[in-house]
Amino acid sequence: MADTLLEIKDLHAGVADKEILRGLDLTVRKGEVHVILGPNGSGKSTLMNVIMGHPKYQVLSGQVCFEGEDVTEEPTFERARKGIFLSFQTPEEIPGITVENMLRTARQAITGKRERIFGFRKELKAAMEGLQMDPSYAERYLNVGFSGGEKKRTEILQLLMLNPKLALLDETDSGLDVDAVQIVSNGVRQFHNENNACLIITHNTRILDKLRVDKVHVLLNGRIVEEGGPELVDVINREGFTHLQQKA
Amino acid sequence: MEDLTKKKTYVADVERTLYDIRDEDRSSYKTAKGLTEDIVRDISAKKEEPEWMLQKRLEALRIYHQMPMPTWGPDISALHMDDIVTYVRPDTKMTGNWKEVPKEIKDTFDRLGIPEAEKTSLAGVGAQYDSEVVYHSIQKELADQGVLYTDFETAVKEYPEIVQEYFMTLIPPTAHKFAALHGAVWSGGSFVYVPEGVHVDIPLQSYFRLNAAGAGQFEHTLIVCEKNSSLHFIEGCSAPKYNVTNLHAGAVELFVKEGARLRYSTIENWSRNMMNLNTKRSFVEKDGVIEWVSGSFGSHVSCLYPASVLHGENAKCEFTGVTFSAKGQDLDTGASVIMLAPHTSANINTRTISKSGGKATYRSAVKVAPAATGAKCLVNCESLMLDNDSRSDTLPVMDIQAADVEIGHEAKIGRISDEAIYYLTSRGIDEKEAQAMIVRGFVEPISKALPLEYAVEMNNLINLELEGTMG
Repeated sequence: MADTLLEIKDLHAGVADKEILRGLDLTVRKGEVHVILGPNGSGKSTLMNVIMGHPKYQVLSGQVCFEGEDVTEEPTFERARKGIFLSFQTPEEIPGITVENMLRTARQAITGKRERIFGFRKELKAAMEGLQMDPSYAERYLNVGFSGGEKKRTEILQLLMLNPKLALLDETDSGLDVDAVQIVSNGVRQFHNENNACLIITHNTRILDKLRVDKVHVLLNGRIVEEGGPELVDVINREGFTHLQQKA
Repeated sequence: MEDLTKKKTYVADVERTLYDIRDEDRSSYKTAKGLTEDIVRDISAKKEEPEWMLQKRLEALRIYHQMPMPTWGPDISALHMDDIVTYVRPDTKMTGNWKEVPKEIKDTFDRLGIPEAEKTSLAGVGAQYDSEVVYHSIQKELADQGVLYTDFETAVKEYPEIVQEYFMTLIPPTAHKFAALHGAVWSGGSFVYVPEGVHVDIPLQSYFRLNAAGAGQFEHTLIVCEKNSSLHFIEGCSAPKYNVTNLHAGAVELFVKEGARLRYSTIENWSRNMMNLNTKRSFVEKDGVIEWVSGSFGSHVSCLYPASVLHGENAKCEFTGVTFSAKGQDLDTGASVIMLAPHTSANINTRTISKSGGKATYRSAVKVAPAATGAKCLVNCESLMLDNDSRSDTLPVMDIQAADVEIGHEAKIGRISDEAIYYLTSRGIDEKEAQAMIVRGFVEPISKALPLEYAVEMNNLINLELEGTMG
């Protein structure tokens, strides 16, 4: 289908000799918001990293396709250039590289065009204002000495500046206070439109309040055991995952 | 899936042809191989030196023959002193006019960017080609302020009273065998004298380079900053590659008087066969400040530990260093501080990088004498290894004999983080650039301390070192 962004077919993947994802299928189309729920250790972060192409994870069988193209063997930077973005659960601290420098380098790498310093800086400043970030953070080293909340905001800042086609959000709302969740969730809503898609891992449904969720998947022991509409979020919130255990 | 962790650890050696430019040998005179009293007398006679300098040379030669080779540090057994041609004189006379410099020499300098450097705000250039200074200039304003800036031979003849007062007093021939060798055969180098209260606003630059195969270079630098004066002196080194072991045993003596401030910056970029056994020392009096910025690239072996003697109350030392050791290199660098007076302070901040089997050692000695009450010393040394074949060691020695002192030491040795590379590649930056960004970030505290064009040169050197197939 022309509007299919991500298509995962019978994916088996893991680290070293340990299989974590055990036969997983998932299709995400343009304009959609998908939510993945599941207890700790069910394979949610592994799924995100396998889509992004983390070299630590091995694909044992199956395929990851993006816009109809098999990217299973593509290195991470190529996937990013095709339009996949991962907002990390625990973003790395990288001394010596400023937020602005990294973002300008990244955007030039993705678009293949030179960014004019002043235009870019202006755009960055506006995006930071929207996320209620102190503009001085543009000059700080990437995530170094940032609080948990500041790191997550910086991830969303990157999402807005790099404007990918598919945003993978790995617990972007965890560890944030109510106001911060609000800001992050506004950022995601600002990003989302009919030409892109979000795949969101969350334990906390507040981030979803402002988004129109299309599909919810429940991941247990490396398989999707239950799928449904937004109403499934409330069911899980009420009943937990235990009643689904026998399906895994 | 391909094993990317393995791929990214291999960084090929740099193509150094840009820096390794070799002209035909145009020396008009070479000493016989090996070191005898006749050679030393000959060197002195050719320079038409006064008797006192000849006597200093001969005394140093006697000490040289008595002293043993050092037994610690990197392996320098490849060095056969009898094979070193100690002195090479290019067949051109001193000149202050760029137009009069011979074409091949000029071409080499052009490729190293020296005239450009001068054009862009540097106050004076003393470029050393082999053992003689062939090009020299200083801006008129400096001369009018009483600042003396000449090659060292000229200083011996024209300012003997200053040279005699300071020469080889901070680095006596008895310091070690290579200091003695230096004292016997020194040739070329810079002399700077800044009178009391004079502030030299623009950096003075000198550029050294070795050219003839088998030639050692023994340049002597002497800088005196009188009371309440200030100066920034920059020394850059680059040498073409030869297959005979080359020796560099220069000496740098810096005198910082009461309330004076001296910043001494060097980026040394030697060819891969160079034994760089350089000695640098500073003597700092009350309220004086010495700032070292030191970049060590290239060479086969380097031993370089600039020393600061904080002699007067409240004297300060800031040391900032970066060392990059690649395949076949053993770079042993660091700093030494001797704190002799109350409230002296030192801040040592270094970064070392090793790759492709290179070995980088951080070695420092901090001594706080009993009189140095209230002294403060902070040491921060960080090492980054780019692959599993490389090696990094940290050897900090501290000898604290005073009470009421504040001493801090922080050492970090790490590998380039796979997660950091993954993070940057997930933003569309390819692996090679991600690695280069991380390395540049690692040395950022040092590049920040350099004047802009030197920071650019250092970044270029790092990029050249990192260049090549990343798998």
